[in-house]
Amino acid sequence: MANARILAQSEGRARPRLSDFWFKHRSWIGFVFIAPWFLSFLLFDLMPFTANLYLSFTDYSIGPVQPNWIGLDNYIEIFTEDEIFSKSVGNTLYYMVFSVPLGLAVAFAVALLLNTRVRGMPLFRTIYYLPAIVPVVAAAIIFSGLLNTRYGVINQLLMAFGLDPVRWLSRPEWIKPSLIIMSLWGFGAQMVIFLAGLQSIPQELYEAVAIDGGNGWHRLRNITIPLMTPTIFFNLIIGIIGSFQVFTQVFVLIDSDGGPLQAGLVFMMNIYNNAFRYFRKGYAAALSVILFLIIMVFTLIMLRTSNRWVFYAGDEE
Amino acid sequence: MIENPNSKILRQSALYFILSLGALVMIFPLIWTVSTSLKTKDKVTLRTIELIPDPIALENYTDIFTNQPMLRYTRNTLILVVASVFGALVPCPLAAFAFARIPFPGRKLFFGLLLATMMLPYVVQLIPLYIFFDRIGWVNTFWPLILPRVLGHNAFYIFLIRQFFKGIPEELFDAARIDGASEFGVWWRIAMPISKPVLAAVSIFAFQFAWNDFLYPLIYLGSNQQNWTLSLGLNALKGFEGNENSLNVMMTFSVLMLIPMLIMFYFGQQYLIKGVSVTGVKG
Repeated sequence: MANARILAQSEGRARPRLSDFWFKHRSWIGFVFIAPWFLSFLLFDLMPFTANLYLSFTDYSIGPVQPNWIGLDNYIEIFTEDEIFSKSVGNTLYYMVFSVPLGLAVAFAVALLLNTRVRGMPLFRTIYYLPAIVPVVAAAIIFSGLLNTRYGVINQLLMAFGLDPVRWLSRPEWIKPSLIIMSLWGFGAQMVIFLAGLQSIPQELYEAVAIDGGNGWHRLRNITIPLMTPTIFFNLIIGIIGSFQVFTQVFVLIDSDGGPLQAGLVFMMNIYNNAFRYFRKGYAAALSVILFLIIMVFTLIMLRTSNRWVFYAGDEE
Repeated sequence: MIENPNSKILRQSALYFILSLGALVMIFPLIWTVSTSLKTKDKVTLRTIELIPDPIALENYTDIFTNQPMLRYTRNTLILVVASVFGALVPCPLAAFAFARIPFPGRKLFFGLLLATMMLPYVVQLIPLYIFFDRIGWVNTFWPLILPRVLGHNAFYIFLIRQFFKGIPEELFDAARIDGASEFGVWWRIAMPISKPVLAAVSIFAFQFAWNDFLYPLIYLGSNQQNWTLSLGLNALKGFEGNENSLNVMMTFSVLMLIPMLIMFYFGQQYLIKGVSVTGVKG
């Protein structure tokens, strides 16, 4: 590379051209290349992030007025008076505790089945992945039909097996299970990540187990699962972060109040309602700071352990 | 491992049985959606499962264009798609190239900032940005959605493309530099053409994101139906319990919204699968 630079520079002296001017100034051309992104970083990351922090200490509502500084009042209200806050945290945790592990288990199991030498694997993979490309709003609309009490297919099937129909979207106790069922439909992305992980496990390891007389269970227990822990962990963290921010599905399938007894009112919905329906933007900013801190903790755990699962060929940085 | 051939056949059959059963469960909601989209209005609330409707109401697919401003919705959505894909294909690879290949002072710091924004949940920017765009009178316009995207405001895409650029042998770039190419020329004529797989992956992500996006269009475009995207239009049709007559219309709309995704998936499957398995980005 050094040779190339000398070559090009000597050529540049012989016959000055615009391109040589660019070349000699490689250090500032870097700034030109990142300029659009950096502008977006200032405008859409740094400024709003700082402003959000400030807003969270104010009672700003709407319009061109100066926000009033109220110190920690928003945070105090959130943790001491706001029953909807604790309700929304409970709902979000309920959703997360079921949808994330179940989704992981299903995605892992299907990936294991697809990783055997089956004919037609690409077709199966496509079918299992397909729901993940359905637009979220369309998926929620489809499930509002499937889960309908009177003519929904899921209740038709329950009745065909002699069971009682369930009022999925109008009973508080069934709203979160409905959301979880819908989330399970879209495990395709996690499955693809698992498949990629499974396919990178060296075959020799399995052969070694076979020589030692191990069966399928031994292969799974002693090779597959230990080698897949980083991938499982990655999917787990991504799933947790995603489920804290679940919004659109609930908004479309239930409504922005979270349905009967606010059983579907999740954390993001509470922020949305305060910011855009009740016009308590300062309060909503404080809620978003809390959500940010929660997500930050999980992200840091992931990064701290990232050397266990991140590997980029040819990357020396 | 020595295995009895009979038990192998048995095991294979069991595997196919489980896989097919699972595939049926996965595909059933989509089959039901297509089936319902082809039903007449009086059929949709019947309490029977009728997967092949009689009569087949193909007119649902023409009626929706007269009863719903579908073309308007599509046009509005496409504005956002174009902005997103442009962002993924020009400013993102530009920044990625500088991060991968051009040494400049403070590069590590800037790259650190980029990685930090990857961890930043969008919710901490949502409210101040809305206030900002509201004050400059941009709510009810497309600009709050277009501007970040055309500037390449997506750390994931930049990071993904940078990883790809780093894998290209430096000799290729040096050869072009010896021939007198500028850094811009090296980027455009060498780096970009080689990087088609990763560019395909990020443009598919960008397309998918803009097509599906709901929260941002809702807060910036929601109050004027003229500006609605397909997502907003479909959401407005939703039938609550007791208002179920439009079920076939809702499903027709869903199918129409899914078709471009299917086409994209068909042509970009290999890139999409590879991109998803590298980043863990959920579409």
